[in-house]
Amino acid sequence: MNRHLISAGDLSRDDAVLILDTAAELASVADRPIKKLPTLRGRTVVNLFYEDSTRTRTSFEAAAKRLSADVINFSAKGSSVAKGESLKDTALTLEAMGSDAIVVRHPASGAPRRLADWVSGRVINAGDGTHEHPTQALLDAFTIRQRLVGPDQRGKALDGVRVTIVGDVLHSRVARSNVLLLDTLGAEVTVVAPPTLMPWAIETWPCKASYDFDAELRKSDVVMMLRVQQERMSAAFFPTVREYRRRYGLDTGRMALLPEHAIVMHPGPMNRGVEIAAEVADSPRSTIVAQVANGVTVRMAVLYLMLGGATEETL
Amino acid sequence: MCAMRPEPGHEPGDNGPGNLDRPGYPSPSQQGWKAVLTPEEIRRALSRIAHEILERTHGGEGMVLLGIPTRGVYLARRLAARIGEFEGAPAPVGSLDVTMHRDDLRLRPARALQRTEVPPDGVDGKIVVLVDDVLFSGRTVRAALDALNDLGRPKSVQLAVLVDRGHRELPIRADYVGKNLPTAHREAVRVLLTELDGEDSVLLGERDQ
Repeated sequence: MNRHLISAGDLSRDDAVLILDTAAELASVADRPIKKLPTLRGRTVVNLFYEDSTRTRTSFEAAAKRLSADVINFSAKGSSVAKGESLKDTALTLEAMGSDAIVVRHPASGAPRRLADWVSGRVINAGDGTHEHPTQALLDAFTIRQRLVGPDQRGKALDGVRVTIVGDVLHSRVARSNVLLLDTLGAEVTVVAPPTLMPWAIETWPCKASYDFDAELRKSDVVMMLRVQQERMSAAFFPTVREYRRRYGLDTGRMALLPEHAIVMHPGPMNRGVEIAAEVADSPRSTIVAQVANGVTVRMAVLYLMLGGATEETL
Repeated sequence: MCAMRPEPGHEPGDNGPGNLDRPGYPSPSQQGWKAVLTPEEIRRALSRIAHEILERTHGGEGMVLLGIPTRGVYLARRLAARIGEFEGAPAPVGSLDVTMHRDDLRLRPARALQRTEVPPDGVDGKIVVLVDDVLFSGRTVRAALDALNDLGRPKSVQLAVLVDRGHRELPIRADYVGKNLPTAHREAVRVLLTELDGEDSVLLGERDQ
């Protein structure tokens, strides 16, 4: 694997399976009386968050703490960033305090990549603008493998699993990372979006694209609903929420079209009643709570594999 | 780059049993490696250890066998089967991965984790017998004791090894030993087991430079 985790596309199939296998072993730690491993004692992980986040930041924090790393949480609000400090200066300041890895979330696509050039520690992208969110894709892949491949999952990828990603693909870093990672793992991915929320040059992505949600539902093993991101929408992409819900929302009627074994995913936070109906979100098919629990395990695996071993450049 | 590579098998210090897939792993016919235990001798040693465990634990009541991956797990399963033959009831058997507790993690790239499987009754109040193939520096066993500590509080912990090759770096000793094998520090000991390697054998040779 690479020194940094910036894009899900940087992961080879072997790297991705290794992360999922490591996570599968680490999952048992959550059931133990002592939910802690000594592996990253003495390492420092900085959570550098320029955007609001609950689950990703707390998930990284829990993961680092379960591995006994020291965690410094930095949020741009109420810091020197408000006084105009640049990303580079902030990062160098934090590194001077002895950080071994920086987990960064930034509203600008590409910020983690720039950061990786400036610091000597590891950089993990926790979401950059509308670009990528690789650990979300890893935890989604882990959840799919857990639910559809079953207990004998070790060493396996997701060959032939049909995944449909639905909603605001244009603004979604979750969709980008998932398409890249799931394709690497052998899944067949289809993205479904209204024409206004379909990215340009979608034909260059390693997936199929469709505007017809109902047709895709019948042949899906996994439906991944995306959040309608009001905060990134600078223009009117659909007439009304009601119309969006009618054509691209997942309600109980639509859920009935899914094959028996299919699962419903959502990266959170959900807009209940917009892209996903409350009954669907709370149904046994929904993996939304499992995704949050798996987030900690998968991030533990990433932190362990990036920080647990020797750090010399030559390795 | 390339900070992480899966390394098959567990690697105690620089002497551990590797995997046949790894370049440089000896096949028995290879030059410089000589067999020090035959399949028959391994079988007899395990039978004797099974008897000794039963004797020391008064019939194996409240006893759990935990193998240290990779080859310790297969040895633990064999011991459990023997104990089942002798006593009629199979002994609970599991595996204990020590990777996350090793003291040499920072000396090489991050390693793939092996499986930890504890029998349903857990380890609290049990007599835990740790099983490994080769006892060398004692560092793997120290890591295993730490890992065990996180799983619960056994009544006591014992150690069974197929080969004790000496050169301890920590105050650790085995309770049950298949064979004491005097070695030079520069030598390497490899254990081959049918389940993984297609044959049973213990080999002694020169360590890679």
